[in-house]
Amino acid sequence: MNTMNSTPNYNDDVVKLFTIATVFWGIVGFTVGVFIALQMAFPALNFGEYFTFGRLRPLHTSAVIFAFGGNALFATSYFSVQRTCRTRLWGDGWSKFTFWGYQIFIVLAAVGYVTGVTQAKEYAEPEWYADLWLTIVWVTYLIVFLMTLKNRQEPHIYVGNWFFLAFIVTVAVLHLANNAAIPVSLFGAKSYPLWGGVQSAMIQWWYGHNAVGFFLTAGFLGIMYYFVPKRAERPIYSYRLSIIHFWSLIFLYIWAGPHHLHYTSLPDWAQTLGATFSIMLWMPSWGGMINGMMTLSGAWHKLREDPVLQFMIISLAFYGMSTFEGPLMSIKTVNALSHYTDWTIGHVHAGALGWVGFITFGALYHLVPILWKKQALYSMRLVSIHLWIATTGIVLYIVAMWFGGITQGLMWRSYDSMGFLEFSFVETVMAMHIPYVVRALGGGLFLLGALIMAYNLIKTVRGDTVASTISDAEKAHA
Amino acid sequence: MLKHHKKIEKNSILLLIFTVLVISVGGIVEILPLFRMETTIEPVKGVRPYSPLELAGYKIYIREGCYNCHSQQIRPLRDEVERYGHYSLAAESMYDFPFQWGSKRTGPDLARVGGKYSDEWHVQHLTHPQDLVPESIMPGYKHLAHRGADLDTIAEDMKVLRTIGVPYSDDMIKNARRDAYAQAADESDYHDGLEERYPKAVYRNFDGEVTTTEMDALVAYLQILGTLAELKNYHSAPTTMEASND
Repeated sequence: MNTMNSTPNYNDDVVKLFTIATVFWGIVGFTVGVFIALQMAFPALNFGEYFTFGRLRPLHTSAVIFAFGGNALFATSYFSVQRTCRTRLWGDGWSKFTFWGYQIFIVLAAVGYVTGVTQAKEYAEPEWYADLWLTIVWVTYLIVFLMTLKNRQEPHIYVGNWFFLAFIVTVAVLHLANNAAIPVSLFGAKSYPLWGGVQSAMIQWWYGHNAVGFFLTAGFLGIMYYFVPKRAERPIYSYRLSIIHFWSLIFLYIWAGPHHLHYTSLPDWAQTLGATFSIMLWMPSWGGMINGMMTLSGAWHKLREDPVLQFMIISLAFYGMSTFEGPLMSIKTVNALSHYTDWTIGHVHAGALGWVGFITFGALYHLVPILWKKQALYSMRLVSIHLWIATTGIVLYIVAMWFGGITQGLMWRSYDSMGFLEFSFVETVMAMHIPYVVRALGGGLFLLGALIMAYNLIKTVRGDTVASTISDAEKAHA
Repeated sequence: MLKHHKKIEKNSILLLIFTVLVISVGGIVEILPLFRMETTIEPVKGVRPYSPLELAGYKIYIREGCYNCHSQQIRPLRDEVERYGHYSLAAESMYDFPFQWGSKRTGPDLARVGGKYSDEWHVQHLTHPQDLVPESIMPGYKHLAHRGADLDTIAEDMKVLRTIGVPYSDDMIKNARRDAYAQAADESDYHDGLEERYPKAVYRNFDGEVTTTEMDALVAYLQILGTLAELKNYHSAPTTMEASND
C-alpha cells in the first residue's frame, strides 16, 4: 500500500464530519447510559413523562449503537475504502447526503423515543417514517461504497472491505424485513408490523442478534482489519484465516438469533438450531481475534510504546472474551439461569464498551491527526490515562453485572427447606442495589475517559501542543 | 480454494452476490417454516383479539416502554411456573403486533398478571409504585391518570390489524368506539354487546374517575393478561409443571 508516488485526491471532508459526529454522539450516548444506570440505582431520577427509564433506555441503546457506532463505521469505512482502493470516494454529493441524512435519522429516532413513539422492538424502535428515511440513506451508502470499490486502482478488494460490504448489505436486509409495517395513518407516527406473536419474536431476534453480528461485529472487524495493521505497520497475520473466518462468520451469525428465545413459545427445533450455531460461532470469532492480535508478530515492542495500539489490542481481548461468553450463555441450561437477568447486560457491555468502544477510540486517535494534517496527537499521556480509566470502568461494570445477574438468577429459583420459593420478587430487586451503584460508577469512568479523549482530540485539531498549554497555564496564573 | 477465491475478491458485484447468498440461508431455514401456523401455534380455546379499550392499553404499554423491564413470557421451569403461573403458550401472544415477550426482568413477568391485583392496586401502583412497594425501582406514571384515552380513532388501528391477520369483524370495528367507552363504565347498555364480541372482557370504571383515561385503558389491558386461554382444556402431554399449577 505504498501510495507515496501518486496519492489520489481523497475525500476526507466527509470523513471529518463523521469523525466529529462519532465523538459527539458517543458522549451523548454514554451520558444517557450513565443516567439510566443511575435511575436503576436511584429511581427518584425518573422525571415526569418524558424522562422515565422506559423511554430513555431505547435512547441510550440507539445513541450508542447507531449514532456512535454508526458514525464511526461511516467515518472509518469511507476513510479506509479510499486508501485500500487508491481512489477517491465516489459521489461527493451522495456521501455528504449520507452524512446529513444519517444525522436526521438519529434526531428523528431520538425525538420519537422521548415522546413515546416506538415500535417496541429492541434496537428497531424507530417508527415507519424514520425507517423509510434510513432505508434511503442506507441504500445511498451501499451505492457510494460499491462504486468506490468499482473504481479501485488495486486488483484485489482488501479484506477490511469484505467486512464493510457484508455489514452494509446485511443490515439493509435485516432492516427491511424486521421493520415491514403498515402505518395507521400517513399523518400519524403509529404503525403495526406485518409480523405478530411467535413470528415477530423470531424475526425480531434474527434482526436483533445480527445487529450485534453485522453492525457491531462485521463492521468493526472491517475497522480492525484496516487500522490494526496500519498502526502496527505489519501485514495481516494470515490471508487464509481471513477468508475462512470471513465466510464462516457471516454464514453462522445469521442462525444465532433464537438463543434469545430459549424456553419460550418458539418451537424447540428453532431454539436448538440457534444454540448450535451460536456455539459454532465461537470459532470464526476467535479466528478474527487471532488474526488481529498475531498481526503484531515481530512488532510486539510497539504495544509497549503506543497507547493507541494498546486500545486496539485490548479491544480484541474483550472481543475474544465476549465471543466466548456468548456461546456459553446460548447453551440452554446456562441460559435458563442467565436469561432475563443483568448478566446479559454485562455480556453486551463487555462487547460494546470493550470491543466496539475501544477499537473505535483506537481508530479515532489514529485518524484525527491524519485528517487534520497534524504531526501527532496533542497528548499521548492523555491517551494512556483514557485507556486505564476506561478499562477500570469496564471491569467494574462487567464484574458488577456478573455478580448481580447471577445472584438475581439464583434467587429467583431458590427454594427454602419447606419447598417454597425463598424470595419474593422485590427482594431480588433489593439485592441489585449495590451492583447497580457499582455499574453506574463503572459507566461513569468510561464516560470520563471519553471526555478526556474529546478534549485531547479537540486540542489536536486546534494544533495545540503540550508545551503551548503549559504557557497557557502560566498565562492564566499571571 | 484460495485460487478460486481470487475471482470473488477481484469482483465487487460477485462478492456482494455471494455475501447475500451466504447470509440468506440461516434466516430462510429458521423463519419461513414458522409461517406454517399449524406447527408453530397450537390453537388454544379462549384466546381472542384485544377489545378496543384493551388495545388502547396495549398501545400505552408500548409507548411507555414497559417491555424494557417486564417480560410476558413464562418459561416452563419449575420456579417460574410457581411464581407466575402456567408457562406461556404461543397462541396467547398471536394477536400481539409485535410480541411483548421482553428480554429482561428488572420487574416481574406480567404474562399472567391479569386478575392478580385489584384495579385500585394497579392505579395506585402505576401512579407511585413506592407507595405500595417501597423498595420498587419502577418509575411512576401519574400522567396516565390525567389524560383521556385516545379511543375515538381506535377503529382505525383495528382496521390495520385486520389487514395483517387479526380477526376483527365488521361488527367489532363498527362498534369499536362505543365498546371502548362501555368497557370503562360501571353501567352501560352496551355491556351485553361488548361481552358477546369479546368474551371474558372485564368492564368497570377501572380508575374511579368520571372520564375514560389512559389509566383505564392500561389497567384494562393488564387485567386481561394471561386470563383468556382456557388452560384446563389445553390437551398437551401432562407435565409436572402443569400439575403444580392446577
